[in-house]
Amino acid sequence: MSDTVLDNEAPGAAQTRPLVVRFAGDSGDGIQLAGAEFAKSTAEARTDFMTFPDYPAEIRAPQGTLFGVSAYQIQFGANEVLTPGDDADVLVAFNPAALKTNLQHLRNGGVLVVDESNFDARGLKKAKIDGNPLEDGSLDAYQVVSVDVVKRTLEALDHLELGRKQATRAKNFWVLGLVYWMFGRPLDSTIDWLNAKFKKAPEVAKANITAVKAGHAYGETIELAAAPEFRKPRTAEHHKAKSRIISGTQAMAYGLAAIAALGERDVVFCSYPITPASVLLHVLARFEGGIRTFQAEDEIAAVSAALGASYAGSLGVTASSGPGLSLKTEAIGLGVSAELPLIVIDVQRAGPSTGMPTKPEQTDLTMAIHGRHGEAPVPVFAPATPDECFWVILDAARAAIETMSPVIVLSDAYLANAASDWDIPDIDAIPDLDWPQYEADGTGFEPFRRDGKTLARPWVAPGTPGLAHRIGGLEKSDGAGHISYDPANHGEMTRLRAEKIARLAERRPGVQLEDGPEDADLLVVGWGSTYGAIAQAVKDMNAEGARIAHVHLRQLNPLPRVLGDLLDRFPQIVTAEMNTGQLSTILRSEFLKDIACISNVSGQPFHVSRLREEFKARLEAKAK
Amino acid sequence: MNEMPVKATQALTANDYASDQEVRWCPGCGDYAILKAVKSVLADIGRSPDDVVFVAGIGCAARFPYYLSTYGFHTIHGRAAAVATGVKLANPDLDVWVVGGDGDFLSIGGNHTLHALRRNVDVNLLLFNNAIYGLTKGQYSPTSPVGTRSPSTPGGSVEAPVNAVRFALGAGAKFVARAADTLQTHLPEVLKRAHANRGASFVEILQNCIVYNDGAFGLINDRSESQNATVRLEHGKPMIYGKEQDRALVFNDGTGAFEKAMLADLPGKDAIAVHDETNLVRAQALAQLDQPEFPVPLGVIYAEAAPEFVASRGISGTKGDWNRAALKALLNP
Repeated sequence: MSDTVLDNEAPGAAQTRPLVVRFAGDSGDGIQLAGAEFAKSTAEARTDFMTFPDYPAEIRAPQGTLFGVSAYQIQFGANEVLTPGDDADVLVAFNPAALKTNLQHLRNGGVLVVDESNFDARGLKKAKIDGNPLEDGSLDAYQVVSVDVVKRTLEALDHLELGRKQATRAKNFWVLGLVYWMFGRPLDSTIDWLNAKFKKAPEVAKANITAVKAGHAYGETIELAAAPEFRKPRTAEHHKAKSRIISGTQAMAYGLAAIAALGERDVVFCSYPITPASVLLHVLARFEGGIRTFQAEDEIAAVSAALGASYAGSLGVTASSGPGLSLKTEAIGLGVSAELPLIVIDVQRAGPSTGMPTKPEQTDLTMAIHGRHGEAPVPVFAPATPDECFWVILDAARAAIETMSPVIVLSDAYLANAASDWDIPDIDAIPDLDWPQYEADGTGFEPFRRDGKTLARPWVAPGTPGLAHRIGGLEKSDGAGHISYDPANHGEMTRLRAEKIARLAERRPGVQLEDGPEDADLLVVGWGSTYGAIAQAVKDMNAEGARIAHVHLRQLNPLPRVLGDLLDRFPQIVTAEMNTGQLSTILRSEFLKDIACISNVSGQPFHVSRLREEFKARLEAKAK
Repeated sequence: MNEMPVKATQALTANDYASDQEVRWCPGCGDYAILKAVKSVLADIGRSPDDVVFVAGIGCAARFPYYLSTYGFHTIHGRAAAVATGVKLANPDLDVWVVGGDGDFLSIGGNHTLHALRRNVDVNLLLFNNAIYGLTKGQYSPTSPVGTRSPSTPGGSVEAPVNAVRFALGAGAKFVARAADTLQTHLPEVLKRAHANRGASFVEILQNCIVYNDGAFGLINDRSESQNATVRLEHGKPMIYGKEQDRALVFNDGTGAFEKAMLADLPGKDAIAVHDETNLVRAQALAQLDQPEFPVPLGVIYAEAAPEFVASRGISGTKGDWNRAALKALLNP
């Protein structure tokens, strides 16, 4: 093994191109932990990055099985990194199952670090592999670094007198140490973190610290000479000194904390645990101010309690995933009818039904826009990046209060879990969140008399002296708000509820191109988490001479101003969506234009390479 | 929002709690009697209508908020208890009442009733039990007795009904009472006790549906005959009942059940069971008693002081000093 020189000169690659590392192993191997620590060290090097935790729904699947494999991918580089990367430069496989399921993610010629300890007959059988890939030449296309990690970890920890089982648990840190060595990373921050994390169990901290040091030393000892490219600094100059790692979920939690800090009232967050939305409840429950959290008995109770909180003058928020959104629809309809603000966060996952709970998809768009009985329009927003998950919540809060309506925010399992470096927002630069106050004008209070500009009704919470009134889901008379079965009134109220949402577009920014020339040959329309992959593909292809434009929608209902004019300018339009064409269908019906869809329903984010092929095919077809 | 001062200078009357809306229940409906009792109780409690909220689900009973001058929210079928929980999360100072029928509380919304009770959310839950679905035109309900003939059960229903009091006790309710619509001296007293309790107060009100289920409760809510059909529970008092006050309940320790007896047949007054509303086992035994074999217990069946949800558990931070500085500290650890 000595003098192994790892080569990483991919053909045509720029000198400091971004690198992709992928860790894969049993869901109980500590893969996500090792990946997260690697991401932290990447952030400390002030490098741009994006991560993608790709894990199964099973908490502790049987060891060594194909369905129990958990993976964590990270791409990092000096320039803006927009995706977790397509193919990995380095794949770490902790067992045969991880190798079998993840080899497809390693680029040809890439570095494969394998824990050979599990490549015995039993381990190979569990992974349903005939023969031993470490011996049969099937891995010749890769640079294989095969180490008996378990044996090495046990040797390193021998003097600590731990049980074999406990000592073996430190193997993820041994591997992390080896990977740190390959990329020339310091160990300090991981050691500090372990000391802090296991303050009450110093023996555990010591075992893991010993392991990470031993893995690092192993790399050095065997003179595993990493490709020089691996060790090049990739400092992103645009970074402020103060940035931190943030996932979409954390960003949303901070956004909710910001609503409470920038406005006069509490946020009341009510939800029922569901993958992948539950983590938001966990994060919020730890906050010490501003947000009251409530774990309801079911999805319906969660949205009902949130609506009750809004009725009583707080801002009610509920979060779920697709199956939960289905259950919440009746109460969202009540929010539309009673005209109360509410934020509904849908962290979309692969469906229908239970589907693939940990895998991302964008298949709830039409449900968010249309999925209620009666005519019940609501604003629908979608963040494009983990960073935007902070801002979209503030946007949603302003829209909900301004329109006195529920607002749906569509995130997904990828955005929720993906982490990137985050420039901490300048809180002083964010305007206050205005909570409307009803002001008597001497003409008497009417709960459904609307603001002339926004068409919103007054928000008067119980406890307000002299203004007690009754509201509900029965149709109300315009103005006075009494129960009304008057035919003309119902038509007018239906129109007003729609007009109120439509007018929101006038007060919000229109769309503009993200990238590409105004007279491009192809316009790509995206929404939500596909932003990174589309932006990267368009940027790369335009650099090579293509003429592609990219527009990305954050506001799905009402559609942004001037979108129709913008679409008119391009000879060919295509959406790229993690569904079978929901946005393209909406745009077609709205603008009567021929808009195709590049569809991806694999439970995995788009690969940049896939988009490049699709864009290329469309440009060529048009040219013919 | 801060608690509004109670109008102390000028006594409020039942009329101060009436809204300007025309009441749309069928003539003779038991809901009229309940509305009258609630208005008088609200006046006795004396909180301003501005601090009182009635949350209702869907059904005949759930129209209740429209007929009061308090704040009111007519929500969706079965979810009133969940909405009311949210109201209390936002503003614990409000006086919150939840109104629903047997469909709302025990069928479509049974889950929310269960959880509001076991959490001990500080709301008063008034179940208007008429043992039928009225607003949808007379189908059998979860409290209809076996054999109920209805549009959806022309041959008679076959399902065992749910006993609302047993359900509430099983859910861990800390305050469980039963009353009847037309007993206008008894019902207000029960409602006042329910209001005084901090935490979830569950009151089953036996309510006559004059159109679809007239007479469902036999003589219980018949003003002149009720004394023979019911036993009025008072904490610490012997369980004597009957128009002539000549009957009593006796507790059989061997079977763990109440038995009825004529006072004249008992060896002495000590044999009569004494109501202890803090005794859960006795409460469960009381819940078993039903007509025609037994008098139906009315009054506070069970009451146990326990921490209410809002003040004690389940909440993380409140607004307090949460401001820009706090947010900055959170974002810059």
